[in-house]
Amino acid sequence: MTAAAQHGGRPAKPPRPLAARLLATEGVPILLVLVVILIALMILAPNAFLGWRTYVSVMINYQPQIICVLGLTLVIAAGDIDLSFPSIVTLTSLIFAAFYRFDNVFWLSWLAEGHSPEEIKMLQAQYCWLGVIAAMGVGALAGFINGALVAWVGIPSIIATLATAFIWRGMAVFLAGGKQFALRDFNQTDLWAITTGRLFTDLFRTGDVVLRKPDGIPIQAVIVLALAVLLWFILNRHRFGESLLFIGDNANVARVVGIDVKATRIKLFTLMGALAGLAGMFLTMETENFTTTQGQGMLLVVIAAVFIGGTSIFGGSGTIVGSYIGLLIVVMLQIGMVALGLGGDIADMVIGVVFLAAVILHMLVERPERLKGLGFGNR
Amino acid sequence: MAATPAYRHAVRLEDVSMAYGNVVALRNVNFEVGANEIVGLVGDNGAGKSTLIKLITGVQRATGGRLYIRDQYIPWSDYSVRRAHELRIETVYQEKSLGEKQPLWRNFFAGRQIVNRWGFIDVKKEKEIANKILLETIGFRGAGIDADATVSKLSGGERQGVAIGRAMHFDADLIVLDEPTVALALKEVRKVLDFIERIRSSGRACIYIEHNLAHVHELADRLVVIDRGEIVSNIGRGEMSLHQLTDHLLSLQAKKERAA
Repeated sequence: MTAAAQHGGRPAKPPRPLAARLLATEGVPILLVLVVILIALMILAPNAFLGWRTYVSVMINYQPQIICVLGLTLVIAAGDIDLSFPSIVTLTSLIFAAFYRFDNVFWLSWLAEGHSPEEIKMLQAQYCWLGVIAAMGVGALAGFINGALVAWVGIPSIIATLATAFIWRGMAVFLAGGKQFALRDFNQTDLWAITTGRLFTDLFRTGDVVLRKPDGIPIQAVIVLALAVLLWFILNRHRFGESLLFIGDNANVARVVGIDVKATRIKLFTLMGALAGLAGMFLTMETENFTTTQGQGMLLVVIAAVFIGGTSIFGGSGTIVGSYIGLLIVVMLQIGMVALGLGGDIADMVIGVVFLAAVILHMLVERPERLKGLGFGNR
Repeated sequence: MAATPAYRHAVRLEDVSMAYGNVVALRNVNFEVGANEIVGLVGDNGAGKSTLIKLITGVQRATGGRLYIRDQYIPWSDYSVRRAHELRIETVYQEKSLGEKQPLWRNFFAGRQIVNRWGFIDVKKEKEIANKILLETIGFRGAGIDADATVSKLSGGERQGVAIGRAMHFDADLIVLDEPTVALALKEVRKVLDFIERIRSSGRACIYIEHNLAHVHELADRLVVIDRGEIVSNIGRGEMSLHQLTDHLLSLQAKKERAA
């Protein structure tokens, strides 16, 4: 018994060195991995990685993936999975695009009847705000249906969301009339300016050439960063997040301590759907385009990023910071391989290896006894 | 502390039945626990003990019969774990009421966190109280266990201590102990038994499920024997010696085997 304990204080713990404390801080080890990868890429491909262009381009092009990776972190921490989010992204991309190009989709074209092209252009700038509500709402509704199938019907989430992935994707193509279309002049609307516009463009100006979209920090990146902070607090400091952790840890324990497991899972999938809706909307806003395959490439990259980041494959713990950085690692590796002239095939192989290495490493830290099953140790 | 409660029964079940599909787990059970009574629940595996506990603690809802808590009728549709907590019923399950990967401060408050109006948890306060419970209620002095320790690092006895400490902290009127001494070392068993004595002396009620007959016989004011979903006997304190009790249970067993 220590002196401190005898005097009614906390049991004294030996002070840990600064380095150990830093490494135990959420996100620090994975940040070091990212830094090492970036330094290596700066040395190997200085053209791409020493200037700011690559980094700005990542900020512009990967916000939808980051939104999904944050949401999926909560889902996986709760011991579930959502395979349908890329399809929800496609669906909500279309929903948002449809409210801007209502003249071009069969179920909204009646809105355009009897209006001149100038009038239509004015209406587009107004209806796109409805598109925001519709995209988020449809995303949340799709997520709610996922959640109902999982929590009420009792279908394992991997199966339920695989099935709904087909439904949402098919619905997107159906509602688009099988067409892809551009959102011409969307970057002249107020909505574009406050969600997708660029900040600090003066810092990134090169020469006197004025681009249609100047380089700069995209507002989407700022919004998504704020979202990441909010979701960190929800997972780590909110009652809802704690319920997710307990459900992921052991649903029976969650039940006996008084957590409403079904309601919590439905809320979780609804949130994931709404986030995918935001991602879909942001994607269309940035590309100013809708294609029927929009968002379909996200699934593997996003899942890999969550696990590379350190969220438990067994559920019960999750790291928002890790997932955010995990996605950056995957993206930088992809870009890096291309910059090295190695192509996407090599990038995929490298990402697969990094994914496996990360999962094994996290398993080692989390459940050393699991490795015995793999022939390490004696059992 | 030992003020006389203003109600007769901490909990009372009237004509309660529970069926899982076609399987009847409890049949027309009448069961009550006095305001300051330690009731030992005895019976074979699968006799219906666990089901009875799950109904009382709000984990499951009965398919028939009525529930009274502190003499108040509570409809099953209005009953849940959260409601049970509000009505000051606490449960210590055998080893399965703690989240393995979660720190102790989360485990103490899961399901009833200290939150602000937005639902965000007051982590500092929860940790403070958790450390206090660990030190003062459970007595983990100098064991190097604090509120940030995760459950997976604790021994079986320590886990049971945490679960019991949690129940004590929330100041229950009725504490349900589901085999609290399973997998415990002798010294730790003594701690649990002392804890049950404290429930009695502080004027509270307890339902105590235990395989070890010596323990229940020593502590319980009344023993309720449950067999195949029915309550078969009520044995008051001192009515039977430990030896007679063992014989009684064995005879029930023999009767059942003959019937089968």
